[in-house]
Amino acid sequence: MTSLMSSAELICPAGTPAALRTAVDAGADAVYCGFQDATNARNFPGLNFTPEELAEAVVYAHSKGAKVLLALNTYPPAGQVDLWQHAADTGARLGVDAFIVADMGVAEYIAQKHPEVRLHLSVQAAASSPEAIRYYCESFGVKRVVLPRILTIPEIRQVRKEIPCEIETFIFGNHGLMVEGRCSLTNYLTGQSTNMDGVCSPASDVEYKRDADGTMSSQLAGFTIDCFRPEEKAGYPTICKGRYTVPHRSEAYYAFEEPVSLNLARLLPELIDAGVHAFKIEGRQRSKSYVRGVVSAFRRAVDDIRAGREADIADLVALTEGQKQTQGAFETKKWR
Amino acid sequence: MTKLTLGPIAYHWSAEERRDFYARIADEAPVDEVYLGEVICSKRAPFHERDLPATIERLERAGKTVILSSLAEVMLKRERKATADLAALDGPEIEINNAAGLYDRGRRAHRIGPFMNAYNEATIAWMARQGASHICLPGELPAEAVAVAATAARDLGLGVEVQVFGRACLAVSARCYHARAHGRTKDNCQFVCEGDADGMPLCTTDNRPILRVNGIQTQSESYVDLLPEVAQLVANGVTHLRLMPQAVDMVAVTSLFRKVLDEAMDAEQADAALRDCCGDTPFSNGFYKGQAGYKRIAMATPG
Repeated sequence: MTSLMSSAELICPAGTPAALRTAVDAGADAVYCGFQDATNARNFPGLNFTPEELAEAVVYAHSKGAKVLLALNTYPPAGQVDLWQHAADTGARLGVDAFIVADMGVAEYIAQKHPEVRLHLSVQAAASSPEAIRYYCESFGVKRVVLPRILTIPEIRQVRKEIPCEIETFIFGNHGLMVEGRCSLTNYLTGQSTNMDGVCSPASDVEYKRDADGTMSSQLAGFTIDCFRPEEKAGYPTICKGRYTVPHRSEAYYAFEEPVSLNLARLLPELIDAGVHAFKIEGRQRSKSYVRGVVSAFRRAVDDIRAGREADIADLVALTEGQKQTQGAFETKKWR
Repeated sequence: MTKLTLGPIAYHWSAEERRDFYARIADEAPVDEVYLGEVICSKRAPFHERDLPATIERLERAGKTVILSSLAEVMLKRERKATADLAALDGPEIEINNAAGLYDRGRRAHRIGPFMNAYNEATIAWMARQGASHICLPGELPAEAVAVAATAARDLGLGVEVQVFGRACLAVSARCYHARAHGRTKDNCQFVCEGDADGMPLCTTDNRPILRVNGIQTQSESYVDLLPEVAQLVANGVTHLRLMPQAVDMVAVTSLFRKVLDEAMDAEQADAALRDCCGDTPFSNGFYKGQAGYKRIAMATPG
């Protein structure tokens, strides 16, 4: 396990060229980013890279010894496969270090056309068993799997023993509730698809409405997702973090999950020991200062653990101060 | 010749309810193919799998083709084993809903289920080369993409299936929301999902029905209804139309689709009759029309 410990990489989000430089300067081993279109799962207005920006970003990251991973992790609808293939061609030409993919057709295209570039399997592929992971490894030469956020640490340790590739896990940020790549909730209410368009609860469909009694409701496409008393802070209307009623309960409740974010800081040493090769920080939509704060805190913690020192976990826990946080499925089966 | 299929039961109907249901389907429902097996929750399978051989025999004797569907989520040891056992079968046909099943099956013939994300012609071509004989397209694929995918699949000699009736599957999770709603966890759920034969309704705080919970699955409040679009689906190369079992008279529902396919009833008349079968449940076709899934978009008036 010692050899694995020495390779724990920090994979950091880059929603913009400025965030990319910030993440690299703060100590990211690799950054992940996408183009300004449906080919990646954070297709938000104002985010992501033009090919020219990506070219500069690759040069900058490489000059500092950091890698650039290009997310092509959505599912092309039939008739639009070209867009994903061109994105892959552009990424390869610009020298990205890996593609993060979910769709089998996209994976096969890259495996055939750009075999020199590493393939990482996106969390959007939802490969949660050794057999599923081996399928992608053997079919497309996948070198790393980003594990769905549904396994406990003992389960991750077991998976690690049964697969021929590296494991990357999420460690910090948004806590997705549904199996990634299998969720059409946003499309059901808004007509924009998470899988095909790279969109989740789009801001263009969000509205906050205050009633006469001071309650604030947060809405998505006209559907009330949550409702807040005057003294409460209104949250963003993400469908799987909303409050709903059911016939047998007297009050509305968080039917899926409370609005919490994932913070596995306390579990970092255990995850490294379980053989996790790389740790992913979520948040391509976040600000530069957020990226700087989170990346540098995790950089120190990972370096401490690698050097056999006690990591200052308090710093990392403080990052989500004031917000509810969870260790999700990682800590205990009871989460399920 | 377009085929009507009955998808696997998504809910935790009791063994007895299932026996009665399939006996009636065998005797009375004009469907060509029936998918059996537990797709949603591996904890439910022991309740009804011992009836499986008898159900298969009953349906086959009635002239139906039987296909066994695999679990959508494979993570635990028992789920891995269930998937591997299914993949090892020589017959009947199997429908695979998780990449673990593709690994276990290798290049032996199989169908691709709706959870496999066969969104496009490149993926379908890859799957065909690995032994897929039939593809069920994802439920959120709009009409233009369905047409392109269906043409591609048919050119490769594959069957192409689209869900035309029943609640849409919107998400699956590792967490059981039925158990959560009752203050339990998945491991001590005590099978509370059995009480909701058509899913547990979730309403917004201003009382608007929105979603249904079925264990780890989240479904649409509306029933997808593509009866008015049947002719277009067939013209665009779709070979199989899938009806998902809901807690309504499925013999009546399947009969209406059959009549429209056979041109024994016009779609508008049949759709009105379908409306009468389904109580207050709203109908939707938004996904197919490239709009919000819950919406019901009227047919353009011909001419």
